[in-house]
Amino acid sequence: MSMLDEIPVADPAAGNPEVIQSPKPVSRFRLVLSRLRSTPRFWVGIIGLGTIVLWAIFGLAPNAWNASDLDTFNMGSSPTALHWFGTSDIGEDIYAQTIVGLRKSLIIGLLVGPLAAIIAGVVGAVAGYVGGWWDKAIVWVIDLLLVLPSLFLFILLSPIFKSLSWVALIFLLAGFGWMIMARVIRAQTKSLRERDFIKAARFMGVDTWTIIRRHVLPNVSSLLIIDATLGVGGAILSETTLSFFGFGIQAPDVSLGTLLASGQSAAATRPWLFVFPAAILVFTVLSASLVGDALRDAVDPTSGVNRE
Amino acid sequence: MIGFIVKRFINYAILSAIATLSAYLLASTILNPAGRYLGRNPRPSDETINSILTGLGVNPHTPVIERLWTWVVNLVTHGSLGDTIHNTTVVSEMTARAGTSLRLLILGTIIAAIVGVAIGVWGAVRQYKFSDQAISYASFTILATPSFVLGILLMILATLLNNVLGVQLINFTGEYTAGLDGGWWVQFWDRAAHLLLPTISLALMGAAGYSRYQRSAMLDVLSADYIRTARSKGRTRGSALVRHGVRVALIPMSTYFAYSFATVLAGAAVTELVFSWHGMGEMLVNAITQSDINAFTGAVLFNAVLILIAGTLSDVVYAALDPRVRV
Repeated sequence: MSMLDEIPVADPAAGNPEVIQSPKPVSRFRLVLSRLRSTPRFWVGIIGLGTIVLWAIFGLAPNAWNASDLDTFNMGSSPTALHWFGTSDIGEDIYAQTIVGLRKSLIIGLLVGPLAAIIAGVVGAVAGYVGGWWDKAIVWVIDLLLVLPSLFLFILLSPIFKSLSWVALIFLLAGFGWMIMARVIRAQTKSLRERDFIKAARFMGVDTWTIIRRHVLPNVSSLLIIDATLGVGGAILSETTLSFFGFGIQAPDVSLGTLLASGQSAAATRPWLFVFPAAILVFTVLSASLVGDALRDAVDPTSGVNRE
Repeated sequence: MIGFIVKRFINYAILSAIATLSAYLLASTILNPAGRYLGRNPRPSDETINSILTGLGVNPHTPVIERLWTWVVNLVTHGSLGDTIHNTTVVSEMTARAGTSLRLLILGTIIAAIVGVAIGVWGAVRQYKFSDQAISYASFTILATPSFVLGILLMILATLLNNVLGVQLINFTGEYTAGLDGGWWVQFWDRAAHLLLPTISLALMGAAGYSRYQRSAMLDVLSADYIRTARSKGRTRGSALVRHGVRVALIPMSTYFAYSFATVLAGAAVTELVFSWHGMGEMLVNAITQSDINAFTGAVLFNAVLILIAGTLSDVVYAALDPRVRV
């Protein structure tokens, strides 16, 4: 039933290819950290992401307008000293709206990424460790979800989630964002299963859940951290796409997606309605994915095409 | 080799069939086809609604397994996918729309694959040089852009270009100009002009993804001993790279291609919606908003068949590139 061949995963615990000239052995954490520090991509990403988060938190303070304020004297104005990003045709301040939308999109992204990684870790570890019918069933579900584009499932499920609050969207996005990483974790767990320390634990009578929690998951944690980081950008992309077409965040709430949807009709004539939120969105996702990519290179410098 | 491909094909076929059936079940439980009639004024009687729904084969009073069975039997015996809520057959709706989507998908995917592979190889060969860095950051930026934003940005650019030139050089709304008179040739050019921006949009997204993967696959290969051997035999650098490097680096790419095709389909659906094309993507989204179970399943079946074809093709490429499979 498997759609693809098992993805061979380099063993992150195995020897590090770099020779470190130091009297003391360097811990793996310090090694990854030092590799990260020398990656310019990491710095670009982390500074970008930090700026965006700080801006989302404090950005409204210097602005004279709130997201719900209507400036009836300046409707449809282009960017001015009064309205930094211009106003919409009913006088909403686009700068304030962008920040409120960004907050929502960031919260969704920052929660969905780690949540999906946790699901991927647990499901992948159970499939790889328990094996047998559990494994078959889980792989089957994963393959099925890889064949059905998840965007279509989101749209199909949207009537249910529209009636709930936007928090439900977080669980929906996380619930369909774990498949690819779960396959990787599963392959990794299968090789861990035969390692001596896990065998020892098993023969000492430690129960399955404890082995998965104490021995398997910590050994795949670097993969999960990478997945959580890369998942942030992916989740923001899914959320904005859904919201853009009206299937995600609903009216009283604002996200970058709904903002872009309302700016879309005027995109050619009054580009500030569209271009500013779009630029912020691309910058946010770009920063998150640069951090994730640098992290992946740092954890496993030999990592190649077989990831993600 | 034939055995390998047949095996993979059967694997994909089963997967596609199960995906379609699950889509039918899921749509039947979530969508409420009666809701469309209940909101009408004057409200049709319950018997009328019931008979309409039974006629479509989507009556919620019939057990869902029974409806699924009827649907499957109809498909196998008559080749029919049922009727849409607008009383046209799903098959006729699909034949009207499939060409639109396929034109975009085939062109977009082929251009994306060629450009992506070429850029990826170039980036790997020139690793850490300026061109590599520029390509890397450009593809990261495109990957960070949702497809609807990319489409609309292209439209803004095209509008600016049209304004500067003073003529309507690039058309981008819809699939063709409505009411355009002229011969076959005029029609052809009109459609080609409309195809330009959506294809660029789709190809950019695809090429950005492929180039990242091709670059890392190529980097893995470049450090391999057999490249050095080929060079020491007296092959030129270019020949060694192409004959021994690119060919090997394409093997994992063929797998990734099958993997990513579902994403391409979703991206194409979004692109269609943005450029207001009446293709399969639009049909799928409309089917969900109008609670049309039969049309939804038809659209999912279309996607599943495309994934089946793409998966099998990528296995054929895989077998052609990797001699170990053929043994």
